[in-house]
Amino acid sequence: MDNSFYIKSHCRIKNSKISLNTVEVFERETKDFIEFIKAAYKSLDTKYPKFFKMDRLSKLAFIAADVLLKNENLNPEIEQDIAVVLSNKASSLDTDRKHQKAIQDKENYYPSPAVFVYTLPNICIGEISIKYKLYSENSFFIFDSLNAEHLSIYSNSLLETNKAKEVLCGWVELDGDNYDAFLYLVSTKGKIEHTKQNIDKLYKL
Amino acid sequence: MNNVYVSYNNIISSLGFDSETVVKAIHEEKTGLKLVDDKSILPNDFYTSLIDRNKLQTAFPKLKDVDYYTHLEQMMITSLNKVIKASKVKLDDRVGLIISTTKGNIDVLDANSPFEKKRSYLSALGKTIQDFFNLKNEAVLVSNACVSGVLSLAIAKRYIQQEKYDHVFVVGGDIVTAFILSGFNSFQALSDKPCKPFDKNRTGINIGEVATSVLVTNDKTKLSKDAVEILGESSCNDANHISGPSRTGEGLYRSVNLAIRQAGINVNDIDYISAHGTATLFNDEMESIAFNRVGLGDVPLHSLKGYFGHTLGASGLLETIVGMHSLHNNTLYASLGFEELGVSQPLNVIKNTTKKTLNTFIKTASGFGGCNTAVVFKKNIE
Repeated sequence: MDNSFYIKSHCRIKNSKISLNTVEVFERETKDFIEFIKAAYKSLDTKYPKFFKMDRLSKLAFIAADVLLKNENLNPEIEQDIAVVLSNKASSLDTDRKHQKAIQDKENYYPSPAVFVYTLPNICIGEISIKYKLYSENSFFIFDSLNAEHLSIYSNSLLETNKAKEVLCGWVELDGDNYDAFLYLVSTKGKIEHTKQNIDKLYKL
Repeated sequence: MNNVYVSYNNIISSLGFDSETVVKAIHEEKTGLKLVDDKSILPNDFYTSLIDRNKLQTAFPKLKDVDYYTHLEQMMITSLNKVIKASKVKLDDRVGLIISTTKGNIDVLDANSPFEKKRSYLSALGKTIQDFFNLKNEAVLVSNACVSGVLSLAIAKRYIQQEKYDHVFVVGGDIVTAFILSGFNSFQALSDKPCKPFDKNRTGINIGEVATSVLVTNDKTKLSKDAVEILGESSCNDANHISGPSRTGEGLYRSVNLAIRQAGINVNDIDYISAHGTATLFNDEMESIAFNRVGLGDVPLHSLKGYFGHTLGASGLLETIVGMHSLHNNTLYASLGFEELGVSQPLNVIKNTTKKTLNTFIKTASGFGGCNTAVVFKKNIE
């Protein structure tokens, strides 16, 4: 495929750790995801109160995106031409189960719009877009596991047809106690060639 | 780059089990919406369009195994089976499968569902559909709120132009469940009457269920008589709010503008707009602002929600298929439920079904998460 695009930077959140370009930027030994991600928010100086209203999937995706995009030193006052292409296996099932619990028992029925709105996986893309003023292409895909081939084809398509200058791309999975975010920025600049093999290699690190 | 077409198509709905029957019902301004009293779904009565379960099981291609499949899987398989058969495409490794859905088998989460909980994963739904037809490639699931259906067509085109596939079958579907209706009801977005998109007296949405399938292809020998070419497409976020539409219609405005620009046509070349038109106060108002910012205020426009309700992940595909038939039949179909304009900007809402020579239309959608998509289609003239 076309190798004129590069993986400019990449971020991983897994096993109580956050790394940027393989360098660890935060660690907190805890099994509790919310405790972990809130501590990360504080430690990384995120300063975005809307974060606390987000569901768990959005919190995960948001912090991963924030670690990557903060590193770009973008001007927060101007819009950015960065497309967002995310994927996972469990969609929004984490919040879906919460909404289902609220409606299961007709005697104890309490559906809430603040929960229901997060029963779509692409809401986390909306959260990232609001923070970084991304009026750009976005899509959320579901695969059984990270599908580097599809993600790379799709990112190349967006860049080659000038739909965006860069693509924020990757995997954000949250299912019960399991969480795993791997986001990377595809660009015309960088040192790592944007290939299926390199995406898989970085994910397996 | 290769030209890409939307070709053979099918609609499974309360108005019929094939596109021609459904379009004929629309021509006669029949609605599929009915008042339903089902306390297992919602404490109060609601308007919806449902697929008859007995009729669906009878139409299912492998009747003896029907109990293995969820309601949504039965809908999707029945629909896709018709399109695969009609197209006669050889199902080799050059054939892709895209499934557009917001919630998939979400009814499986209910404590009373007879199905295993793992069936609630969208990837499991994809595998079931792929395996039924013995397709070679892993299904690509698109779950991007209410733009999923029309976005899936854009994605199919992009995969074909990247030479990953020559043909892509796109299947869309979502079902009417307690999960969905309780959620929209908590937003106070549901109407207790048949919905009235763009009307002064609109009071919210109805939710309905359909399954739809199309063949997207670069192969000119695989074009149906109603095939259209995908000229341009764009998807832009509002970057404004996760559950409310932008007051300026920013994302939709940009999507429409960029789709028209990519199509290489002028605003004046658009013969009609197949709008999203959910019949909520804010959505319809936002659309009127966005269309006027592009200069489309006087172009004939309809919403099809008055026929089916909002069919979520299937809606964009459903409305594109009706648009294809609209071009083929040279007919503008009435925006059912509309009487008097109730948005702040002028719109040319189609009041009566009328004959008109048509070549090009634009399909738009907007959804939660601030997403918007627009795709321009042109009649394929042999």
